[in-house]
Amino acid sequence: MAVKAMKPKLTLGPIAYHWSAHKNRDFYARIADEAPLDEVYLGEVICSKRAPFHEADLPATIERLERAGKTVVLSTLAEVMLKRERKATDDIAGLDAPEIEVNNAAGLYARGMRPHRVGPFMNAYNEATIDWMARQGATHVCLPTELPAEAIAIAARSARNLGLGVEVQVFGRASLAVSARCYHARAHGRTKDNCLFVCEDDPDGMPLKTRDDSPILRVNGIQTLSESYIDLLPELGRLAADGITHLRLMPQDVDMVGVTTVFRSVLDGKVATTEADMRLRDLCDGTTFSNGFYHGIAGYRRIAAAAST
Amino acid sequence: MSLAELICPAGTPAALRTAVDAGADAVYCGFQDATNARNFPGLNFTPDELAAAVAYAHHAGTKVLLALNTYPPAGKVDLWRHAAYLGVRYGVDAFIVADMGVADYIRHTHPLARLHLSVQAAASSPEAIRYYCENFGVKRVVLPRILTIPEIRQIRTEIPCEIETFIFGNHGLMVEGRCSLTNYLTGQSTNMDGVCSPASDVQYVRDTDGSMSSRLAGFTIDRFGPEEMAGYPTICKGRYAAPNRPEGYYAFEEPISLNLSRLLPELIDAGVHAFKIEGRQRSKSYVRNVVTAFRHAVDDIRAGRATNMSDLVALTEGQKQTQGAFETKKWR
Repeated sequence: MAVKAMKPKLTLGPIAYHWSAHKNRDFYARIADEAPLDEVYLGEVICSKRAPFHEADLPATIERLERAGKTVVLSTLAEVMLKRERKATDDIAGLDAPEIEVNNAAGLYARGMRPHRVGPFMNAYNEATIDWMARQGATHVCLPTELPAEAIAIAARSARNLGLGVEVQVFGRASLAVSARCYHARAHGRTKDNCLFVCEDDPDGMPLKTRDDSPILRVNGIQTLSESYIDLLPELGRLAADGITHLRLMPQDVDMVGVTTVFRSVLDGKVATTEADMRLRDLCDGTTFSNGFYHGIAGYRRIAAAAST
Repeated sequence: MSLAELICPAGTPAALRTAVDAGADAVYCGFQDATNARNFPGLNFTPDELAAAVAYAHHAGTKVLLALNTYPPAGKVDLWRHAAYLGVRYGVDAFIVADMGVADYIRHTHPLARLHLSVQAAASSPEAIRYYCENFGVKRVVLPRILTIPEIRQIRTEIPCEIETFIFGNHGLMVEGRCSLTNYLTGQSTNMDGVCSPASDVQYVRDTDGSMSSRLAGFTIDRFGPEEMAGYPTICKGRYAAPNRPEGYYAFEEPISLNLSRLLPELIDAGVHAFKIEGRQRSKSYVRNVVTAFRHAVDDIRAGRATNMSDLVALTEGQKQTQGAFETKKWR
């Protein structure tokens, strides 16, 4: 069945890093007022120890974003093991509003058949899994970041035929791994239980270089991220044509209003991709861009997209 | 007391026969393709080899578990479906699965097949495990290597299925089934292709000062002085420099082996049903030695005899070993 390509929505993923409460408030205030976004995901996805710093601000942040016309979605933890993590997951799974995005099977269990979105940590790699999830109440699925274009197109067709929204990350560091161990604490000779929140010192992740001085990965608590930012600006046309309904920008410690504006201008056909890409480079001072996962090659690589799709 | 079954690696038909002869209660293996998480050159089974292996194992009273524990990318699910069909046809005793689509398919197409939940599904809470038990009829969960024994004991009381834990071998640091490190550097995916730090991308390079770099896809994963032994470039076992560790350090974990031999009695007491030995990529003699030693240890414990754990400790052949997360929360 042919699905008519519609203009995809632009979303902002949850902040992966441990930003201070103050930095968070300022960030979302600007996002609410100035960023041309359709939807914003909120909530602590990486480390349950960080959540208490932001809980008090959450209702006000939700209200402010919604008043600015943005749909708010609450995301659950990617790793659920401890009592407090199980409770945090249960609490969000019990909400009637706003919408929720589930990132762990514990959340799927708690949510049951009630409507929910499926997050990028849920491993919805294929049409069989998406079909299963749709039968369990999923309304939307964010595909794994490492899925290549051909599989994305097939997964998207299947999701849309089932009436599901389908989302792909188009900007920001790729989440490459999570662990039970905190690598931020480890770098400072501590353990997760006495980490003293040292991850707050690295608002865009702690850089790891190889021993011959080549930047390779970023550490964010229990999470390992790519050194490069994914940038699928040149691929937006193909993503839209393949039926992707939502494009996700992951918050980095750069001018995210600027980043959002660049993506919006390309979606609206107001700025050519090459010019937009140059603007994006200026905004992301010195960080390398990659699109290898999308093209089915090593994720860190960057290749020029085909001229037409 | 639980049965404390010994689940042993079978990377090749010869290793399978060795493990069976050495007293494995069950062996686990996979086909020569992306349907399992050890899709390495020279390993695994053709359909005919699997048929013969099942006959050999069953004759000795040993079960065969077929690993279908990767995540099919969209458009390729049929390869996993066909592998399940072959497994049923040849009479394997259980499938080890991770992907929900694969689990759902087997549940409906082969309702009599027994399902084990792979460690690749990363089910680390009672709720997550119950999700798979209630929806797909999973009979056993292979727990991620991130839980302490008290936590395992607690989980046991809250789930309706058996527990299998790793006790020996490679010590994975990242949550299994959620790691794209290899794909980021090499273009081959652990989840979709069953590949981890592939040998085809490995290079050892002698530098002018006599030191050795071990590289993966051109990235220096570690560097070794002239007197050090160069290790295999597994990304999560490499040495990197961080701003406050400019000299380089093991950012994730040292090259180290998991060895829970000393904790076996406690694990049995905590209600663990089955012990898994990692190492489908290891040699026949390694499999023989490890399976034999653990067979004796488990039999001794079950019979209430003292057991000589020093044999098991010696098996790591001088490599550093750890009890990982199982002993203390400080590992985290």
